[in-house]
Amino acid sequence: MDFAFSEDQLSFRDAVRDLLTRECTASVVRDAWSNADGRSGQVWDLLAEMGVLGILAPEVDGGLGMTMIDLVLLIEECGRVALPEPIIEHAVVCAPIIGGVVSGSRTVTSFIGGSPFALYADSCEVALVERDRRLFTVERAALRLTPETAVDGSRRLSTLEWSDSDATEVGGPLEAVAAFDRGALGAAALLLGLSHRMLEMSVEYASERRQFGAPIGSFQAIKHHLANARIALEFARPLVTRAAYSLSVGDPDASTHVSMAKAQASDAAMLTSEHALQCHGAIGYSYEYDLHMWMKRVWALSSSWGDAGLHRARVAKAVL
Amino acid sequence: MELAFSPSEEIFRQEVRAWLLENVPSNAMPSGDTREGFEAHIDWERRLFDARLAVVSWPKEFGGRDASLWEWIIFEEEYYRAGAPQRVTQNGIFLLAPSIFQFGTPEQQERFLPKMASGEETWCQGWSEPDAGSDLAAVSSRAVRDEAAGGWRLSGQKTWTTRGAFCTHLFGLFRTDPDAQRHHGLTYLLVPLDTPGVTVRGFGRLDGDEGFAEVFFEDAFVSDDFVLGEVNSGWGVAMATAGSERGLTLRSPGRFTATADRLLALWREHGDPKDTQLRDAVTQAWIDTEAYRLQTLGVVTTLSKGGHAGPEASMVKIFWSELDVRLHELAMRILGPRAEVAETAWAKGWQFALSGPIYAGTNEIQRNVVAERVLGLPRK
Repeated sequence: MDFAFSEDQLSFRDAVRDLLTRECTASVVRDAWSNADGRSGQVWDLLAEMGVLGILAPEVDGGLGMTMIDLVLLIEECGRVALPEPIIEHAVVCAPIIGGVVSGSRTVTSFIGGSPFALYADSCEVALVERDRRLFTVERAALRLTPETAVDGSRRLSTLEWSDSDATEVGGPLEAVAAFDRGALGAAALLLGLSHRMLEMSVEYASERRQFGAPIGSFQAIKHHLANARIALEFARPLVTRAAYSLSVGDPDASTHVSMAKAQASDAAMLTSEHALQCHGAIGYSYEYDLHMWMKRVWALSSSWGDAGLHRARVAKAVL
Repeated sequence: MELAFSPSEEIFRQEVRAWLLENVPSNAMPSGDTREGFEAHIDWERRLFDARLAVVSWPKEFGGRDASLWEWIIFEEEYYRAGAPQRVTQNGIFLLAPSIFQFGTPEQQERFLPKMASGEETWCQGWSEPDAGSDLAAVSSRAVRDEAAGGWRLSGQKTWTTRGAFCTHLFGLFRTDPDAQRHHGLTYLLVPLDTPGVTVRGFGRLDGDEGFAEVFFEDAFVSDDFVLGEVNSGWGVAMATAGSERGLTLRSPGRFTATADRLLALWREHGDPKDTQLRDAVTQAWIDTEAYRLQTLGVVTTLSKGGHAGPEASMVKIFWSELDVRLHELAMRILGPRAEVAETAWAKGWQFALSGPIYAGTNEIQRNVVAERVLGLPRK
């Protein structure tokens, strides 16, 4: 028994954290709210150069042929900086299925698992789509897009239509379920990262902001809000790690483990965003302050890839 | 990362499981928090000790097996899974013993540990006082030096002392330097409860069992051999004990996974499938139990590699105590009007669970610890 990441996994995490802290600043995220494609520009290319995007792609396809346990911490780092990119769709969902496409210079989005929207379909070259529980790829040129405006201005949404004649089959029902599971686990990891950053922002702010002659973070009401968020995250993380491990080793209960992780991470992230906003007070409610960009990403991701209710129902089916 | 136990650990599990299957009484014993039940539980403790299963993680010389933390986790899983009796020796073997291993002299270890393991001597915790609860550093019970007799004369009162009416010994904090303030000038003393000048009065807990006691000290003498750690340094010893209580030793995941298993079985038998709200709450309680088990595996991994459990232990205490309440609350909801029947495991367990957020440092105090020492928020 050894429920810990390896030294290699941790140092890769540290390297990705350094890169993202340097390159994916809050102003990059803010720019993505108003730029043409809603994305980060060069940060995506830097992640590709580091090999992050192809970790799950098979080696014969030019990827690293590694597993989810090698990737999960890196996805969390992407959440920490609120990276505005199709990281789940491209690197987590599509890489094991269409590794050649992912490892090339083209970016892939996905439109599977009953989601009403695809993310960044307008700037991705290929989409992985689902029809009748089977997976297909469709080239961007063959897709008809209907855009939709999201609360998180960096999330460029659209619904997709395509003709069967333009779709190339790449997987059946088993692959479709596995792809959805990976997406849900990826979302759970992003939610952890987003939440830890919101908590950091809140601790920093509550330590500096003074009222009644003292930092507001010295008041028990504030302390208990933020402690509750920290506790919720403490007991979400091990479920996310375990689900990543189960996907890596092909555990027969992996889908249930993923659902436990996504339900817990969704709830913990929503709780953290509520407490973060409350502890910031009015400044947190302002558009100029960064917190709202993290909160809105949490709102989106907590209900994407199955919300807590859907995943609890999946767990209920398996264990009750 | 590796999420399986080793073959030798699984062999240990099989041995423990087989012994428990053979030996756990089929009829429930009376509550260990009554005089009659306490005696029956001590007999049970003796059988565990004879099988060298009372204190598996202790060194062999004191009655243990030198079991690893992983084997201890396994033992606990099997113990609760088998529905084995409550451990009335727990405050000694889980709370005091780690401090005796850390701070006791070889003579003290030899004197106290084997009899603690066998149940011959049983220990209660003497910390809280009428005016010192969450604010433990406010203790005012005193120990005055008796140089001629080579020891200390105790006066004052302890309260909320669990099973104090039945135990043979008490460990507690006493003020030995009257001029020192707060957590300075306190000494950790071991006190036989049959010492002249010690009076114990049992009283009822929430469930009516005589599980609480007040302990009065009137010029009661203990010799220097009964000081644990240095004189006037008792706070540090007590904090080490508090770490054990809040952290790992008292609350292994096995207890909660066993309760969650029973909750799921109760749902399958009595739950209304149309009540999706209750179904989701039961499912969430199961998810939380799994989260607790896995979080513990992470902590044990850290400890096994030589790391330490820091202030994060306060998060663990908050989580398990509130989880325990939730598990029982849900059972009450499933049982509906049947929940009122007093002598059921759920009704007893529910009343006991309600003490969790209060004892071992209230959850409000623990949240302050999390905020200040884990998150780094300002004290003032």
